[in-house]
Amino acid sequence: MSGDPKLERIAKGNALALCATGTWTASFAPVLERMVADAEKLAGSPQNVFIDVSEVAKLDTFGAWLIERLRRSLTQGTVEAQIAGLSANYSSLVDEVRRVRATPVVETSAVTITGMLEQIGRAVAGVGGTFAGLIDMLGAVLAAGAHVLIHPRSFRLTSTVHHMEQVCWRAVPIIVLITFLIGCIIAQQGIFHFRRFGADIFVVDMLGVLVLREIGVLLVAIMVAGRSGSAYTAELGSMKMREEIDALRTMGFDPIEVLVLPRMLALVLALPILAFLGAMAALYGGGLVAWLYGGVDPEAFLLRLRDAISIDHFIVGIVKAPVMAAVIGIVACVEGLAVQGSAESLGQHTTASVVKGIFFVIVMDGVFAIFFASIGM
Amino acid sequence: MAQETPNAIQYPIIRVRDITVQFGATRVLDGLNLDVKRGEILGFVGPSGAGKSVLTRTIIGLVPKVAGSIEVFGVDLDASNNSQRRNVERRWGVLFQQGALFSSLTVRQNIQFPMREYLRVSQRLMDEITMAKLAMVGLKPEVAERFPSELSGGMIKRVALARALSLDPDLVFLDEPTSGLDPIGAGDFDELVRTLQRTLGLTVFMVTHDLDSLYTACDRIAVLGNGKIIAAGSIADMQASQHPWLRQYFHGKRARAVMS
Repeated sequence: MSGDPKLERIAKGNALALCATGTWTASFAPVLERMVADAEKLAGSPQNVFIDVSEVAKLDTFGAWLIERLRRSLTQGTVEAQIAGLSANYSSLVDEVRRVRATPVVETSAVTITGMLEQIGRAVAGVGGTFAGLIDMLGAVLAAGAHVLIHPRSFRLTSTVHHMEQVCWRAVPIIVLITFLIGCIIAQQGIFHFRRFGADIFVVDMLGVLVLREIGVLLVAIMVAGRSGSAYTAELGSMKMREEIDALRTMGFDPIEVLVLPRMLALVLALPILAFLGAMAALYGGGLVAWLYGGVDPEAFLLRLRDAISIDHFIVGIVKAPVMAAVIGIVACVEGLAVQGSAESLGQHTTASVVKGIFFVIVMDGVFAIFFASIGM
Repeated sequence: MAQETPNAIQYPIIRVRDITVQFGATRVLDGLNLDVKRGEILGFVGPSGAGKSVLTRTIIGLVPKVAGSIEVFGVDLDASNNSQRRNVERRWGVLFQQGALFSSLTVRQNIQFPMREYLRVSQRLMDEITMAKLAMVGLKPEVAERFPSELSGGMIKRVALARALSLDPDLVFLDEPTSGLDPIGAGDFDELVRTLQRTLGLTVFMVTHDLDSLYTACDRIAVLGNGKIIAAGSIADMQASQHPWLRQYFHGKRARAVMS
């Protein structure tokens, strides 16, 4: 191998010779490109041009293409450029690049006002599509559920138990820890602010109502959407990418019944359990802070709690849990089955699954609040 | 790039000595030795699960080895520093069994990815070279703007080969390049590898199960069994071998069909 590539101009009578020397390979591509661009400026001169490549030490696709590019741009009208002194080793390579047609220019669409408006329009129309997709999935899950009720043998118990372990049992430590801490924080803040009015004891009312009606279930639902909703989307999405779902379908299985139903059922059973455990942990944490920080001893706390809350508060909270679970599950499964072939698409849908899941959970919570207020619970 | 000594022609491009690879208690490769000569197409065969892919992945550094040494382009990969290693990696291309194209990039972006990282050249040149590579592997220019999920199995292999060749490497590893292709497509692929080897002076390390490939494309064949190379040589040597697996492989029904 020998040194840097060069392209020298030598006048020979009424013709011009361009002598290429050195190594014309990918490693020198930037240098080569500059030299060739320089030489291309000769285009339009009336002389015939020979590109002499007999002194080229090494040639690869990059070098061969650049020589070919030079030949093409110097060939204009009656003037012809020729490649001379090509060694037998490289002639097939040059022949190969000669067959390449000029590159079609890749068009990148410029950002325009109409383009932006079009995107906004599509996004708005997409919202409608999202609802249609959710309702479609709800229907498919209910139909699969009905089928399983009629044919109980087609129910996938093992799969359901497996998903219960994943979304319920394994979620207990983190859910309990976080709700415990939130309970502590609510109690601390309550005591700190209520103390000014001498209303320390009302912190128990606030804690009980807030935790049982709202915070317990809402917080747990949001955590489950982030933890299990994303997992469902990623699992179903990667199965979709590798055609596993198509394979199931061709074997005569309904992917909704085999994959979605056990996941949905596991989630619908898991969320009330987790919401209950979460509420208990939050009350315990609140009680602990009330005792250690607020000086409300446990006996007084429990007495006050019994007065402050009724079974209604608990029911209001726990009734919401399965509905929220269903919403999270449906959103996650719709997004999972919408994944296209690329890793990027998987990421986008997993993000969308969590974002939409949390959004719908909060919307549902608002709807429930209005409903319970109307019926006086 | 490292200066090469005059006797580089004789010196093997890959030199594997006594390598041992172990997964848990199972020893997959057991003191294996292998030389790949410059400019040859080496076909690498062996029963399923014998460790052909493991050897390939060990040479390119994806699987850790327990013992032994690997030299590629005369550089000992264990003793080399980062820049030496990058130099070696820049000079080889790998075609993975499933193609391993980047799913969120188009075909054009896939092929340009190594160029973008290693070379400072204009977008125009990269586009032109991409088109040249696509033409070399027998694909139409329209394919360039498609995503890997929109390609057929054979096209994925071709694009993956184009990406492996994108920096004009001296050495390519092909892991079962013709598996999953129709016989005509596989035949074309063998022809393509041959042509590229001639035009670009490539050295090819090809793991294959395809008897046709062995007959038409390969200069030399190495056979892996029990974690060692049990035979290496021309196709005639393989047919003459008395090793039971080789006899079965090269004198079985399918082999006879290919030869006739």
